Amino acid sequence: MKVPVSWLKEYVSIDLPLKKLAERLTMAGSEVKGIQEAGGSWKNIFVGQIVDIKPHPNADRLSLVTVDLATEQLTVVCGAPNLKLGDKVAFARVGAELIDGHSGQRVILKPARIRGVDSGGMVCSEKELAISDRHEDIMVLPPEAPVGARLTRSAILDLDITPNRPDLLSVIGIAREIAALTGQKPTIAEATYEEKGAAIEKKISVEIVDTDLCPRYCCSLINGIKIGDSPEWLKSRLSACGLRPINNIVDITNYVMLEYGQPLHAFDYDRIRGKRIIVRRASAAETIVSLEGAQRVLDGDMLVIADMERAIAIAGVMGGANSEVDQETSSILLESANFNPASIHYTSHRLRLASEAAMRFERGISPELPLPAIKRATQLILELAGGKVAQGIVDAYPGKKQPKAILLSQNRVRAVLGVDISINQVARVLTSLGCSWTPEMIDELEDFGLEEVSEEILVYPPYWRSDLNLDVDLIEEVARIIGYDRIPVAMLAHPLPQQDPEPSITLKQRVSQSLTGYGFQEVITYSLTSLEVLKRLWPESNSPEPMPLRVANPMTIDQEYLRTTLRANLLEAVANNRRHEEGGIRLFELGRVFLPRPGDLPDEPEVLCAVLSGSSLGKSWSAEGKPFDFFDAKGAVESLLSQLGVTADFEVGNDKGLRPGSQAIIVVAGDRLGVVGQFHPRVSQAFDISGPVYLFELNLTALLPHTLSHKGYQPIARYPAIVRDIAIIVDVGVTHRQVTKVIKGFSLVKQVTLFDVYSGKPVPTGRKSLAYRLTFQSPSHTLTDEEADRVQQQILDRLSTELGATLRG
Amino acid sequence: MDEIRQIEELKTGALRELVAIGSTKGLEAWRVGYLGKKSQLTGVLRSLGRLPLATRKAVGARANEVKAELEAGFKQKEQALLGAQLETLSGEEAVDVTLPGRALPEGRLHPVTQVLHEISDIFASMGFKVVEGPEVEWDYYNFEALNIPKEHPARDTMATLWLDYETESGDRPMLLRTHTSPMQIRFMEKVKPPLRIVVPGKVFRYEATDATHIPMFHQIEGLAVDKGISMADLKGTLYEFARRFFGPDRQVRFRCDYFPFVEPGVEMAIECAVCKGAGCRLCGGSGWIEILGAGMVHPKVLERVEIDPGIYSGFAFGMGIERIPMLRYGVDDIRLFYTSDLRFLRQF
Ligand SMILES: [Zn+2]
Repeated sequence: MKVPVSWLKEYVSIDLPLKKLAERLTMAGSEVKGIQEAGGSWKNIFVGQIVDIKPHPNADRLSLVTVDLATEQLTVVCGAPNLKLGDKVAFARVGAELIDGHSGQRVILKPARIRGVDSGGMVCSEKELAISDRHEDIMVLPPEAPVGARLTRSAILDLDITPNRPDLLSVIGIAREIAALTGQKPTIAEATYEEKGAAIEKKISVEIVDTDLCPRYCCSLINGIKIGDSPEWLKSRLSACGLRPINNIVDITNYVMLEYGQPLHAFDYDRIRGKRIIVRRASAAETIVSLEGAQRVLDGDMLVIADMERAIAIAGVMGGANSEVDQETSSILLESANFNPASIHYTSHRLRLASEAAMRFERGISPELPLPAIKRATQLILELAGGKVAQGIVDAYPGKKQPKAILLSQNRVRAVLGVDISINQVARVLTSLGCSWTPEMIDELEDFGLEEVSEEILVYPPYWRSDLNLDVDLIEEVARIIGYDRIPVAMLAHPLPQQDPEPSITLKQRVSQSLTGYGFQEVITYSLTSLEVLKRLWPESNSPEPMPLRVANPMTIDQEYLRTTLRANLLEAVANNRRHEEGGIRLFELGRVFLPRPGDLPDEPEVLCAVLSGSSLGKSWSAEGKPFDFFDAKGAVESLLSQLGVTADFEVGNDKGLRPGSQAIIVVAGDRLGVVGQFHPRVSQAFDISGPVYLFELNLTALLPHTLSHKGYQPIARYPAIVRDIAIIVDVGVTHRQVTKVIKGFSLVKQVTLFDVYSGKPVPTGRKSLAYRLTFQSPSHTLTDEEADRVQQQILDRLSTELGATLRG
Repeated sequence: MDEIRQIEELKTGALRELVAIGSTKGLEAWRVGYLGKKSQLTGVLRSLGRLPLATRKAVGARANEVKAELEAGFKQKEQALLGAQLETLSGEEAVDVTLPGRALPEGRLHPVTQVLHEISDIFASMGFKVVEGPEVEWDYYNFEALNIPKEHPARDTMATLWLDYETESGDRPMLLRTHTSPMQIRFMEKVKPPLRIVVPGKVFRYEATDATHIPMFHQIEGLAVDKGISMADLKGTLYEFARRFFGPDRQVRFRCDYFPFVEPGVEMAIECAVCKGAGCRLCGGSGWIEILGAGMVHPKVLERVEIDPGIYSGFAFGMGIERIPMLRYGVDDIRLFYTSDLRFLRQF
């Protein structure tokens, strides 16, 4: 809300410096975003009077204007169409700082020669003075402006009004707020005028069909008005508030809306058929052409103002073209009504039709406001557009409510604010805001003759504060007027019951700490993605599995679906970093994926995905890196799981997005919790990555229960171990797991470590050599070599019979 | 006896040489020369057999004494040299200490994660439990139960991404949460006071992306409900947070603001670090940087979760996270956090 300080001063005196005032308003809830000094730094700009207008000798559209500046008269070239002899204007002398009307840039006025005539100064438009965007016309000053005086600036406050304070979307509302903050009483006079016309009831009738959506409808009727331009003072106030002047009638409705916060609408009375106003819900698919010329299709939840035949306005949102005030209009019906906020919000949003009126109605303005506002507008119309007003105002008020009373006690104030404020002070603050109150008598106390000790009051908020409904609303008023800095600082005093950290959060922290320790950089990527990107992950299938949840109103098609996997974003991250990273890239993300569930919110498991690309080391003088392979990924996931105290098995996997033969499923206690492997080369290529990319993926939500069991302690062996190395030759199809399973079947084997894998000469084709270090140890005695020999031989026999292993010579 | 004299001369010469030796290599050569298998002394001992018995005894005894003396000298010298070596490596044995060390791979937490941890830790130390909630929510939790009914203008300030999910009645009640506040309701539905939680997490808005707007960002929500909690506790808790997080020298400001689910409502700002309150471009000339919104939990919110507002009261707060590393490190483009660019992420 933009409001000129000069306008505010009509209702309240402002003695504080503007910066201080802005600070008070901001602290009390209405942030002053800026104090615009209309005109910026005006220098060398004076009040002048046009004393002569001659045509320019060399240009039809230009004039030579002579301006009296009291000390001298200057003649300049001017192209404005509204030059009028005797008008007071803003005259810029050479050296003045102005806004260039065409470029919008700040310029210093220089002497100019225009079409062969010297011009040493300028008659200014509002745009040139940075007051508004109006540039065609020159700005005309009020007749009382003193010729020769320096033009003084008028400041405009730009306030951010919160949605609970529709009363502050008005000059009077802000004046009231300033009055309360500075300990004054605002001066607001009721508008009066003479009613010279016939009784209004004979001219129009009003029927409110849907009273739930229209608690009140007032109208007045003015005959014989003259449509024309508004006076300059009114136009410049509208401009300062960001509204475009149109004609005197429309401008007055806007002016009063800005002044009182009550939207008004003027109908051309002669175009109202049947002379009857009907406030009703639209019928399904009823249409109306709104003021800006577009055909609007309405629905049964929208309210219209209709005459006997058709809708003539979308209630509270915008008027209709069929009853619009135009140059021919001579009688107007002025509407000042109250509408249901939710209904207006619904209509304005459904029709994508935002208006100053709708913005005020949807915040819930008071049904008491239409009457003072319509009187003020009627008065202004009579003053500025002439005509005769019919006797009386139609006032249909089916939604009238009893004034509400809120009980407020000093105890409640203390409980909420944590500070003792006497009920007298509370009452004083509330009074300054327009509330009235009565002491609440407690019957029981009265019985004891203690009627004066009540610390409670019954508060009646003023009609314009529709946001005050509960005692806490009043307490906030007290706090913000006395200042939040008056509230003391305390620390939560009561002890809490024992709170254990959430295990899922602890797990995430442990995982990310381990991974950063292994050299993985954490990334966070958008949860929204596109179907196309998801499809790239599974080149063979037509649609991603599962089908992701779709956003109904996506911002872009890149952000249309909720991710079901972290893989795509990590591949994109690898591709983007590849452009500038030479060495190895290790990334991980820990985040939610969204798996749809019918009729319910999606499942949101917390997933870890990590990727490796490139080689284990960059170019280095001291060591040689080698390209990442499957076992780098697997090693990381094994270390991680071991840190978390989880033992995992790895089974051959067949994820279509991963490379066949280079992927495994991570199995923990029978649960498949993730995968480790290499992206299918076609997938990495689809993301513009040429080399192999390895990944591991873990569902942390599913892993969590496995991390919570506490393992027993294993005593450190007391008897010495015997270490033996064996090398066996097996078929290439025999896995390490099969071999270790056999070996671990012997209880004296304490540990098996694979230390070499070899195929090629002299190992026969189709076979491979595996070398293991076996550690034998007994918990009960010192092993002898003979015992170890015997077990080793049994192992070799078993490997031979079960897996066709031979001892390598 | 010639042999004895020979041994004495040998000893004198050997010890003289030993004094002059300055390297382990030289010492080894000396050892081989005087004490090795082919040394003169060994030669003397070997040739003892040819001597008459009486001489043999005397020469043998002396030779062994000298050998012991030389060995002792050797030990001493060896120790001295080793000691010296530990002090200074000479010549080719010294390393160029400016060569880079053998690098370990380095990984870091995302700056947003770091800040979330930091903030969570501060509140955890004040007794707040860290919990999380779903990112896809029902209209009920995100708006309705927070005192933001349908068609409430406050909904317009949180442009919502709705999910393509319709009920039989044609409603579209599923959305990407626009703030972390729904967890206030979810938590209070399950846990009755006294309670203190903080809720970090992702939130989503229907926003075009630019240097200050992104469709997904992070917030942290706080909630404390108990008997006798007042605005003074809210102020104390948030002041303490600001003191620990931003440092004791930064001024803190509380002003009135509006959020439908609190009353009274508060906005907390800290003094602008750039201009120290004088006003600059970063703070839009106000001298203050808005950090969070807060307030006393609205009685209607408590009633909704069946907590009696006549007995219990509480405060809630919520703050955007990305702003904080942006202010702290001078990052001027919020999009940088989510491009996964290592050149950016490695700096934190
Ligand atoms: Zn600043």
